[in-house]
Amino acid sequence: MSGLLNRLLGPGEPELSCEACFDELDRYVDLELAGADADREIPGMRAHLAGCPACAEEHLGLRALAAADGDAPEAPA
Amino acid sequence: MLIGPKRGASGPVQLDEESRAWVSALTAHGFQRDQAVTRLHDLLLRAARSEVGRRRSTLPHLAAIELDDLVVQAADDALFAVLRRLEDFRGLSRFTTWAYKFAVLEAGVKVQRRAWQGREVPLEPSHWSSVVDSDPSPLEAVEHHELGAAIRRAILSDLTERQRTVLVALAVEGVSIDVLAERLQTTRGALYKTLHDARQRLRAALVAYGFGMLPTPEDRT
Repeated sequence: MSGLLNRLLGPGEPELSCEACFDELDRYVDLELAGADADREIPGMRAHLAGCPACAEEHLGLRALAAADGDAPEAPA
Repeated sequence: MLIGPKRGASGPVQLDEESRAWVSALTAHGFQRDQAVTRLHDLLLRAARSEVGRRRSTLPHLAAIELDDLVVQAADDALFAVLRRLEDFRGLSRFTTWAYKFAVLEAGVKVQRRAWQGREVPLEPSHWSSVVDSDPSPLEAVEHHELGAAIRRAILSDLTERQRTVLVALAVEGVSIDVLAERLQTTRGALYKTLHDARQRLRAALVAYGFGMLPTPEDRT
């Protein structure tokens, strides 16, 4: 059905706040990339990402960066 | 229900070797710390450049030099945030992933604000009333005509003025939440709480109007 209905009604289930999402987003992404059950470890994240376009975009951006982390500079000696 | 941030320290966490090296160098003194801060800034520049590039299509008319300026501003602000919140790093992710999120946030907010610069943000009823008042309205373009009409009725009669303004601006007009937060002098989190409350009230109103089986996100994909 329409994206408009999605945006109006939201996920309709318990979800993280934007603050809690930001706090947990790095852990969520690393769990995802490790193949762990990130949604079970951090309940409410998936619903929040479905309801908040701003946090969902940050999830995509952070996931892309973390996935390419092999190119990151080495940690300080 | 919105689930807030966890309060209080979590139990001891074993940092991975790379994360430990970052934290150790950034909490050292003198040359070692200066070197680590420079490397961290390089890391955040790379992250901000990646994020601005990913969102490039929202700024089609911006010159490369202006995009670079956004990247540097985002990296500078992210560096400040990472250093200020270093004690918050719990080691539950890699340090780099934790640091990247500040660059992604800063870059994303700056891109959104730049994209909306000079554009009017529809806040007054006169701007959006056509959306919910016209016949047929865009709301009624949803597949279920009766549901669309009920949503229009609920928005007009069951929400507070603040909830109506926020819901229509974010969900109907597609205003960026960070842009709206700036215009209303509030935060993303506070606005999302209002949006969440509006959605809850909208759902309750629709149930009261006889729409007991509202579609779930899965149904709506």
